[in-house]
Amino acid sequence: MSDHTVPTDKVPILQDGIRAAWPICLGYVPIGLAFGVLAQKAGLSPLAIGLMSVLVFAGSAQFIAVAMLEAGSGIAAIVVTTLTVNLRHLLMSSALCVHLKGIRKPWLALFAYGITDESFALNLVKFREGIWDWKRALTVNHVTNAVWVTSTVIGGLGGAFIPAHAFGIDYALTSMFLCLLVYQLRGRLYVLKGLIAGIAAVVISLTIPGNSYIVAASVIAATAGLLIRRQFPQIEKDRGPL
Amino acid sequence: MITADYILLCLGMGFVTYIPRWAPLFALSQRTLPRWLEEWLDLIPAAILSALILPALVTVGEPRQLSFGSKDLIVAVPVFLFALRTRSLGGTVVLGMALYWLAGKVLG
Repeated sequence: MSDHTVPTDKVPILQDGIRAAWPICLGYVPIGLAFGVLAQKAGLSPLAIGLMSVLVFAGSAQFIAVAMLEAGSGIAAIVVTTLTVNLRHLLMSSALCVHLKGIRKPWLALFAYGITDESFALNLVKFREGIWDWKRALTVNHVTNAVWVTSTVIGGLGGAFIPAHAFGIDYALTSMFLCLLVYQLRGRLYVLKGLIAGIAAVVISLTIPGNSYIVAASVIAATAGLLIRRQFPQIEKDRGPL
Repeated sequence: MITADYILLCLGMGFVTYIPRWAPLFALSQRTLPRWLEEWLDLIPAAILSALILPALVTVGEPRQLSFGSKDLIVAVPVFLFALRTRSLGGTVVLGMALYWLAGKVLG
């Protein structure tokens, strides 16, 4: 990252952040609406839905919480489940810290709130391209948060009237992840490691319920990658077919 | 109506979600990390992306089962190739949505 190539005026920061965030926003709308509809069916008011979205801001955990509420689960059980579902953010936050050196703690605290699978993947790729800074990344985090909160509340207000599955919008996030993965494949080592992670994740996901496969497979693959790099340093020189 | 129990639930969920997001940033970003840790963290993103995507494409149902015929996977192949060729995020997202929508019409 070289700071002098990144403009620091306020307007480009917001513009760049919003421009980068649109695929995430597009993906959040149908999921947020669907969550709102489900939560409303489970007896939550739009205000209650908004409260959860603001305080938690974690899609899958919120879906699980609503299902557990409907099944009559207690608070403790739902909170513990939420913790296990969201532990993966530990890894993402750790990987981001390399790019957030020297930023003041209150800003870090605000940044942390917006770390999701989607904002993490997008911001990290942008940081690597060297055209990104923490203010733009923070914009991505909070624009996507605003879209998430709004969509869930609208879903709760009457999202049942909005046609589901319109225009393939359900596939927006998958497509975004596929493209971000392509950006990450920067040579043979990364391709190999991606394969290890993907295969490990599939195997673990088939054997253990829940989403622990994300953390487990990522740790296995990154460790394997590091060992391979140490054993065969020449793998780095070969950029591979990409 | 929002009960005290519900507020407690949201606060609890918010707290356990926020801590894993915040603690590594707070603990690690102010100091110099050992070389091996920086390298390891550098290898994490591609691993996470693969680990997020692949199971979603090749498994279905609950409990999950292996399946290579899902609409999600079939559409992923051209979308991935398009991303490799063009490296365009916006283009990939739009193409993915269009193909998925089309696949829904054709495959049902």
